[in-house]
Amino acid sequence: MELLTLADVKAYYRTPSGQIVRAVDGVTLSINEGEVLGIAGESGCGKTTLAQVLALNMQPPLYLAGGEVLADGVDVQKLPPEVKRREYRGKYISVVPQGAMSALNPSLRIRQFVADLMREHYSDLTKRDALDRAEQRLRALDLPVRVLDAYPHQLSGGMKQRTVIAISTLLDPKVLICDEPTSALDVSSQRSVLELLRWLMKEKIIRSCVFVTHELPLLYQIADRVAVMYAGRIAEVGGAEEIIFRPQHPYSTALVGAVLVPEKGMKERRVEGIPGAPPDLRTPPTGCRFAARCRFVDEQCKADPVERTSGTRQVWCWKPGASA
Amino acid sequence: MTIIRTFLHSGRFVAGFLILLAVLIFGILGPTLSSKDPLEMAGSIYQKPDDKFLLGTDNFGRDVLTELKFGTRTSLTVGLLGGVMATAIGLSVGTLAGFRGGWVEELLMGLTNVLITIPTIVILILLSVAITVRSAWVMSLIIGVTAWPWTARAVRAQTSSLRTRPHLDIARLSGSSGFAMAIIDVLPYMASYVFMALILQVSSAILSEATLSMLGLGPTNTISLGVMLNWALLWESVRTGAWWAFLPPVVMLSVTSFALLAMNSGMDEIFNPRLRRR
Amino acid sequence: MSETLIQVQNLSRLFGHGKGAVAAVNDVSFTIRRGQVISLVGESGSGKTTVARMLLRLLEPTSGRILVEGHDVTSKKNRESHLAYWRKVQAVFQDPYASFNAYFSIHTCLERSLGILEKPLSRDEKMATMRHSLEMVGLNPNETLHKKPFELSGGQRQRVMIARALMVKPSFLVADEPTSGIDASTRASVLNTLLDINKKLGMTIMFITHDLGLAYYTSEEILVMSKGKLVEAGLAEQVVMDPQHEYTQRLLADVPRLHSRPTA
Repeated sequence: MELLTLADVKAYYRTPSGQIVRAVDGVTLSINEGEVLGIAGESGCGKTTLAQVLALNMQPPLYLAGGEVLADGVDVQKLPPEVKRREYRGKYISVVPQGAMSALNPSLRIRQFVADLMREHYSDLTKRDALDRAEQRLRALDLPVRVLDAYPHQLSGGMKQRTVIAISTLLDPKVLICDEPTSALDVSSQRSVLELLRWLMKEKIIRSCVFVTHELPLLYQIADRVAVMYAGRIAEVGGAEEIIFRPQHPYSTALVGAVLVPEKGMKERRVEGIPGAPPDLRTPPTGCRFAARCRFVDEQCKADPVERTSGTRQVWCWKPGASA
Repeated sequence: MTIIRTFLHSGRFVAGFLILLAVLIFGILGPTLSSKDPLEMAGSIYQKPDDKFLLGTDNFGRDVLTELKFGTRTSLTVGLLGGVMATAIGLSVGTLAGFRGGWVEELLMGLTNVLITIPTIVILILLSVAITVRSAWVMSLIIGVTAWPWTARAVRAQTSSLRTRPHLDIARLSGSSGFAMAIIDVLPYMASYVFMALILQVSSAILSEATLSMLGLGPTNTISLGVMLNWALLWESVRTGAWWAFLPPVVMLSVTSFALLAMNSGMDEIFNPRLRRR
Repeated sequence: MSETLIQVQNLSRLFGHGKGAVAAVNDVSFTIRRGQVISLVGESGSGKTTVARMLLRLLEPTSGRILVEGHDVTSKKNRESHLAYWRKVQAVFQDPYASFNAYFSIHTCLERSLGILEKPLSRDEKMATMRHSLEMVGLNPNETLHKKPFELSGGQRQRVMIARALMVKPSFLVADEPTSGIDASTRASVLNTLLDINKKLGMTIMFITHDLGLAYYTSEEILVMSKGKLVEAGLAEQVVMDPQHEYTQRLLADVPRLHSRPTA
C-alpha cells in the first residue's frame, strides 16, 4: 500500500535576486507501508528539499512548481494550510530534519520541548497528558525517563538524537522522514539510532521510514529500497541489495565505487572519485544531467532519459547497465 | 560596487547618510564660503531673526547663523577626531588582549573594566579642568582617550573567537607573525563591526564635546555648538525668550546624532540579515 | 626497514588545573617511519585532534617528547625553532571553507606560505613553485591562482590546501579529517592525490580520522585512540581483520558494512 506518492513533483526555490533553483525537478516516487526507503545523494542533489516536500513542509522561498503529492490517495498540497498542519504534519508524516538535535533550545528542558510539540498537534491535550505519553514511550523504547528533565547539553549526541526521534514519533505517524540523522554521531551512537528506527518499524509505531543520507553503507544496514538522487532527479531506485551491488546507472556505480569500508578487498582496489561537479540547479542542462561527467555518454544523452523498469528496479538512463 | 549597492538597499542608512552629508556641507562649506567672522559683534543683543540676521543675534550681538556654521565645523572636527582616536585605541587594546590571551588579556581587560565603571563624564570634567588651555584638538584628545573602553571590550570578544578559526592555524603554519595575523586574518573579519563602532564613537564624541562645552569646559579659543549653548544658558536666553540663541545648536546636534545613529542602524540591518524586515 | 622520522614519547596534555584537570591525551607513544602512511583513528573525545595539534606544534604538551629525525623538538620553544619545524611539518585541515582567509586570492594565500622559507625566493621562483604545486594536486594554475576561495568547490579548495602544504617541501604532512567536509565522489580523488604524493615524493603522511574505512584504505599502520589513550597499534590489516583490544573490536562492529565487494 502506498502511504505517500510523489508524481512528477517539481519543487523550486526563488532566490532574492529573482533566480529559480530547481532543487527537485520531476521526481516520481512512492513510499510503501512496511518499508524503509533510503534516499542517497551528495550535497546539492536536492535530497533535503525532497525531504521537505515529503514532510509537507514547504516554506517560502520553496514552492511546489508542479506535480502531485498524494498521502493515502489525497492530494495534500491542495488542502488549506490549517488542515495540512493539523491532520497530516506530525500525525501522518513526521520529520526529523537535518541537525535537529542541535536545534533544541538550550535553555529549555526536554520536557518543555515535548509539551510544545504535542500541543502543536493536539491543542486540547494537557501538558500532563503529553508528558505521560512521552514517559510511556521513552520507557517502551528503552530510553531513560530522566532525559525529560535534562537540558540538551547534558545529553550525549546519540541520546539527543534518539530522544528527538522518540518525541517526533509520539503521535505514531505513518511515515517518518529522517534527514541525515546520524551524520554528526559516532559509529556507536549511529548504531543505536539505527536500532531504534528498526524497533519503531517492528513495533509498527511507524509504518514506513524515509532515510536521507550520503552514506551508502548506512543505507545498506537499514533500507529495504534505495533511491539514488542526482541534480534534482532520481537516477535509479530499487531494492537496497541490487542498487548497491548491481547498480545500473553510471552515477550510482560511481557512488558505490567511492565507498570506503574497512573490509576485505578494500586495500587492493583503487577507489575513484567522479571528476567534475554537479550542475548548477539554477541553470540545469537539457537532457541527462549526469552527461557531463559520464564515461558512457553519447548522442542520445542529449535528451531527457526515459524511465526503464526491470523487475523491482527503475532507472533513468539511456544505457543502463553500461557501467556494470 | 556591490558593497555600495548593498548599502543603498537600507532606507535607514541612505536617509542618515544624506542628512549627515547636508550637515557636513553646512559645516565645511559654510565657514569656507562665509565672509563673516562669527565672533564679530555685528548687531545688538538678542535681536530677533530678520532679513539681515537669519537666525538673529546672540547675547553679544553676534550673528547666530554664522556662529552655527563655524560651531558645526568645530563640533564635527572634534567628533571625528575624538571618535577616530577612541576607535583606534579600542581596536588596538581589544585586538591585543583577545589575540594574546593570558596575562596580557587579563591586564588589559582589567584596566578596561575599571575605566568602564568610572563615569566618563567625571573623567572628562576632571581632565578638562586640569588642562586650562583647550583647543579643539585638545578636546578631541581628551574625549578620544576616555571613550575607548566599550569598543575594546567588544573587539576583544570578537578577536577571541576569531582566533580559534582554522585559517589562523594555517597562517601560523605559514610562519606569519602575530602582528601580521592580527591585521590580515582577524581585522577584515571584524571590519563591519569596527566601522559601526566608529560611527557610534563619532556620534558620542560630538555629544561629549557639546556636554563639556555647555558646562563651560569646552574649547577656550573657538566656537562650537556646545559653546553656543553655554552662552545661551549663562545669558538667560531661555528666560528672555531668545529661542534663536539655543534652538539652532540643539537642532543641529540632534540632527547630526540622529543621522549617525540611523546610519548605524541601517548597517546593522545590512550586516545582520536576520534583522532585515521582509 | 626505513628510518624513523617521528618519535612520540609519553606525550600527555592536560586541560584545566588541579583536581579538575582533564587528560585529553594520556601517555601516548608511537613511531612513524619515513615514507609511511599511517592513520590515527578515534571517535570524538578520543584525543586524536589534540595529538595532531601537538604534532604540529600548535599546542605544547604538558609532558612527554616529540623527536623529529632524532632531535627533541619540544624542548625548544622559541619562534625560530617553530619556523624551522614548520618547514618540515605541514598540515591539511578538515574544513575546506574555514581554512582560507576569505578575503584574499589563492595566489596571495600560497605566496604567504612561502614566507617561511629561510632563503627568500625571487618572484619568478615563487610563481614557479606555486604553479608546480597546483599542478601536482591536479589543478590548473591559470584557472586557480586569481580566484578567491568562494569561487572554488570544496574538493578544489582542499586540493589548494594540499598544494599550500607541499610548497615548502615538508617531510611530514598531518591530514586532520581531510575529507570529512567534502562529498563522497570528491573524497576519493582527494585521498588518491595524497596517496600519489606519498608515492611520488616519499612524503610521510598521517591521517587523523574517525573513519576506519579511510584508515584501512590509505594506511599501512593504524593507531587507535580512546579517551586519551592509545589502545591498539599495528598493521592496518591486523587491526581491522583481527583487532585485539575490545574498544577496537566494538568500533569495527559498529561501522556500517557492505560485507562483500561492491561491483564497480
